[in-house]
Amino acid sequence: MTYKGEFYQRDREWHPPALTPDYKTSVARAPKHALLSLQNSASEITGPVFGHDDIDPMDRDLIHNYARPGEAAIGERIIVHGQVLDENRRPVPNTLVEAWQANAGGRYRHRKDTYLAPIDPNFGGCGRTLTDENGYYYFRTVKPGAYPWRNWVNNWRPAHIHISVFGTGFAQRLITQLYFEGDPLIPKCPILNAIPNPEAVQSLVAVLDMNATIPLDTMAWRFDIVLRGRRSTLFENRLEGN
Amino acid sequence: MAQHLDYLKETPSQTAGPYVHIGLAPGAAGFDIYKTELGKDIAGPNAAGERIRVEGVVTDGIGAPVKDVMLEVWQANASGIYAHPEHPGEVEDGFRGWGRVISDFNTGEWFFDTVKPGAVMGRSGRPMAPHINLWIVARGINIGLNTRIYFDDEAEANAADPVINLIEWESRRKTIIANRSEKDGKVVYRFDIRLQGENETVFFDI
Ligand SMILES: [Fe+3]
Repeated sequence: MTYKGEFYQRDREWHPPALTPDYKTSVARAPKHALLSLQNSASEITGPVFGHDDIDPMDRDLIHNYARPGEAAIGERIIVHGQVLDENRRPVPNTLVEAWQANAGGRYRHRKDTYLAPIDPNFGGCGRTLTDENGYYYFRTVKPGAYPWRNWVNNWRPAHIHISVFGTGFAQRLITQLYFEGDPLIPKCPILNAIPNPEAVQSLVAVLDMNATIPLDTMAWRFDIVLRGRRSTLFENRLEGN
Repeated sequence: MAQHLDYLKETPSQTAGPYVHIGLAPGAAGFDIYKTELGKDIAGPNAAGERIRVEGVVTDGIGAPVKDVMLEVWQANASGIYAHPEHPGEVEDGFRGWGRVISDFNTGEWFFDTVKPGAVMGRSGRPMAPHINLWIVARGINIGLNTRIYFDDEAEANAADPVINLIEWESRRKTIIANRSEKDGKVVYRFDIRLQGENETVFFDI
C-alpha cells in the first residue's frame, strides 16, 4: 500500500493568528518565532481511527445523556447537524466529532466555572458522534446561554458550542466553535474576531434550518465543517520511495 | 474574469478555551458521563517495546505554568508503525498510539505512559528518528500547536533526522529533545514546553 498525497498547505491567514491582543490570554501564550514548515510524512498523514465500539449512540444526545431517567436538560431544544467535508468537497465519513458547551443559562459543568448561573442537574454538556458514510453528523442538545468572561471588564461570549474534529490525518486535527445566526454578541466577541477575514468569521455561524426542525418539538441549526484536503495522486507526489 | 476554482476553505480554528475537559476529558472537569473516555491508554496492554513515561510542564511567556492545557499524543509503535490503514505493517492488538493528556490544575504538571516508538520511515525513504507527535491546545491558544518529542538517548538517529536538521538554529534543536532519567526503576523522559520567550519550543506548521 502506498500513501495518498499530502494535505494542502494550511491557510494561516484564514485562521486566527497566535497573537491577538484583544483576546488577552493569547499575549503570553503566543509563540514569537515563526512556525517551522514541514512537508507531510507518515507522522502527519496518519491519525487515530475510531469506531462504533468507542462510543455509545446515546452520546450524541446532550438533552438526555446526563439526565436522570425520565428527565431532560432545561432549555431551548435544538438539533445541530451538518456535513464534514474536505477542501475538495469530499465527505469525511466515520470521523469523530465531539462537542461541549455551557447549559441554557451559560454555566459550564466544570470545577473551575464559578459563574452564578445555576448548574442544570440534568445537563452534562458534552457529546460525541461519528459521521456517517456521507460525512453527516448530528447532535441533539439545548441552546447554550451567553456568559460573561474576564477579558475586558464587560465581555460576554456569544452563545457557542465547542467542536472538535479529527479527519483521517493528525494534520487535519481541528478545534473550533459554532455560533448562532443573528446573535448580537457575535460582532463584539474578541475570540471570534481574532479571525481576520470577515468571510471566515461567518463560516463559523450556524444557520437556522427550518426544514430540519421537528415541528412542535425541536429547532434545527445547520453547521458544515471543512477539514484540510489532500492532493490526489494525479501528479505523482509520493511521500516515499524514489 | 478567469475561471473559478471550486475548493472549500478549511473551517477556521478557535481556542479550546478553559473548559476543554468537559468535552474531551469530562473526568478531569469533575464528572463522569461516558462509558469510556477516549485517549487514556495510548499503547494498550500488548504493545512490545520499552515502557516509558513522558512528563513535563507547559510554560507561557512569563514562565508561568499553563494549568489548563490539553495535549494530544500521536505515535508509532516500537516497530515504527502507525495504527492507521494507510501505514504498511501491523500494530499490536489494542495499540492505538493516540492519547489525551491533561495537566494538573494546580501545578500544570502532566505526564503520560506509553511505549517508546521506533524509527518511522520518512519522505524519500529517509528514516525519521523515534519521536512522538504532539498537538497542544488551551485557553489563549487560537490554533493548536504542533511539535514533536525526540529522545536524548537516540543521538545518532537524531543527528540524521530530516526534521531536526531543518531547524536552522542548532541551539533550538534541544527544545524538542526529551531528557531520559530513571525514577524508582521507571524510565522517565522530561519534556518541558515553552510557548514563548527564552528557549521557546520549536513548533511546526504541518
Ligand atoms: Fe465556551
